[in-house]
Amino acid sequence: MIIDAISNGIVIDHITAGKAMYLYKVLELDKLDCSVALLKNVVSNKLGRKDIIKIDRILDLDWDVIGYVDPGITVNFIKDGKQVEKRQLKLPTRIKNVIHCKNPRCITSVEQELPQVFTLTDPATRTYRCLYCEAKAENA
Amino acid sequence: MNHLIDILQLSTQEIDELVEKAKDIIANPEAYAHKCDGKILATLFFEPSTRTRLSFESAMLSLGGKTLGFSSASSSSAAKGESVADTVRTVSCYADIIAMRHPKEGAPLVASMRSEVPVINAGDGGHNHPTQTLTDLLTINREKGRFNDLTVGFCGDLKFGRTVHSLISALSRYTGIKFVLVSPEELKLPSYVKNEVIKKNNIPYEQTTDLESVMPELDILYMTRVQRERFFNEEDYLRLKDSYILTPEKLKNAKQDLCIMHPLPRVNEISVAVDDDPRACYFKQVRNGRYIRMALIMKMLGIE
Repeated sequence: MIIDAISNGIVIDHITAGKAMYLYKVLELDKLDCSVALLKNVVSNKLGRKDIIKIDRILDLDWDVIGYVDPGITVNFIKDGKQVEKRQLKLPTRIKNVIHCKNPRCITSVEQELPQVFTLTDPATRTYRCLYCEAKAENA
Repeated sequence: MNHLIDILQLSTQEIDELVEKAKDIIANPEAYAHKCDGKILATLFFEPSTRTRLSFESAMLSLGGKTLGFSSASSSSAAKGESVADTVRTVSCYADIIAMRHPKEGAPLVASMRSEVPVINAGDGGHNHPTQTLTDLLTINREKGRFNDLTVGFCGDLKFGRTVHSLISALSRYTGIKFVLVSPEELKLPSYVKNEVIKKNNIPYEQTTDLESVMPELDILYMTRVQRERFFNEEDYLRLKDSYILTPEKLKNAKQDLCIMHPLPRVNEISVAVDDDPRACYFKQVRNGRYIRMALIMKMLGIE
């Protein structure tokens, strides 16, 4: 299957197969009015299978969210048909309003206007904990 | 702004200073009787408490300060739906320092983000209770003269027992510590405390359901209550509440200088017959709670 190359935009590459749709939702790409291509199960030498998202516009995305969902992702910025930047993502130390605390004893369970903040407590195991109650987040 | 939300915010050096200050207060109470003249402590207790609230109030009154506050959510604007942030912003206009207890975990942290005066966490659900830990540490120091080289047994509800989690975290920073964890299967210490505190610090520990078998090796036995308020299911509570009851018979093989502690309130997990045993330290703990809170209030208000 062939999707046309983009001349100005962003390619989110090396997404773990199956995670592109989740990323599409949390990044709210459905709200963009430009072309967005979501490719699933693309053959990859490195990963076996991978997902790719192509966005036909250069825009600022929530890089922390992308890093949290899959720190192995690379983001390529394309300008005039050429790759002008390749960004390796890493696990963010803090994420805000991406995931919700499921601890029924957490203050966020009753005060829902509080931001949902999670901090990285163990990079080796990708463990994030709620800032308020320290409950462990389920991995994305 | 200084706040105390989690015991680990205090370095071991700061804990040592607080313990020494508390011991000096015990030795010379009159020297501290006016240290907080003109200062006001607000006790915001969204959940019932006897010891912690009265201990904070007693501490402030003993320092010459005054107190105000409420002792249940129903007697505050929380009953009208006011947020913790708004409540604390309001109260910080009336007081110089705040002690807050809340059933929801993280509420004192939220308060500290909005308060214009120091906030002390006086217990948030099953999460943190740093001033109980300071109380426990002062008790251990006064009874044992050290924080190092101790075998510390925790017995009862190790799952929801916030005092247990905090004390384990605090003691994990000292050398020669061994933990003995005694609980029913359902109330075992959460794996994150085991993995991220005990194992991470390479502290030896053993887990058992049999208290009597480990009794002879303990320097400290920290008993806890199975807390009805932490269960969503009454049946589970009823099934587990009588798992461990400490009696004089069970202490027969214990060391002569064992220190028996309990954060109180107790229900029946320590028989009243144990109260007369010189190794029972839980009412000394209560007294220590007042002095360490005096030391803490002074520290947080920047009073020497």
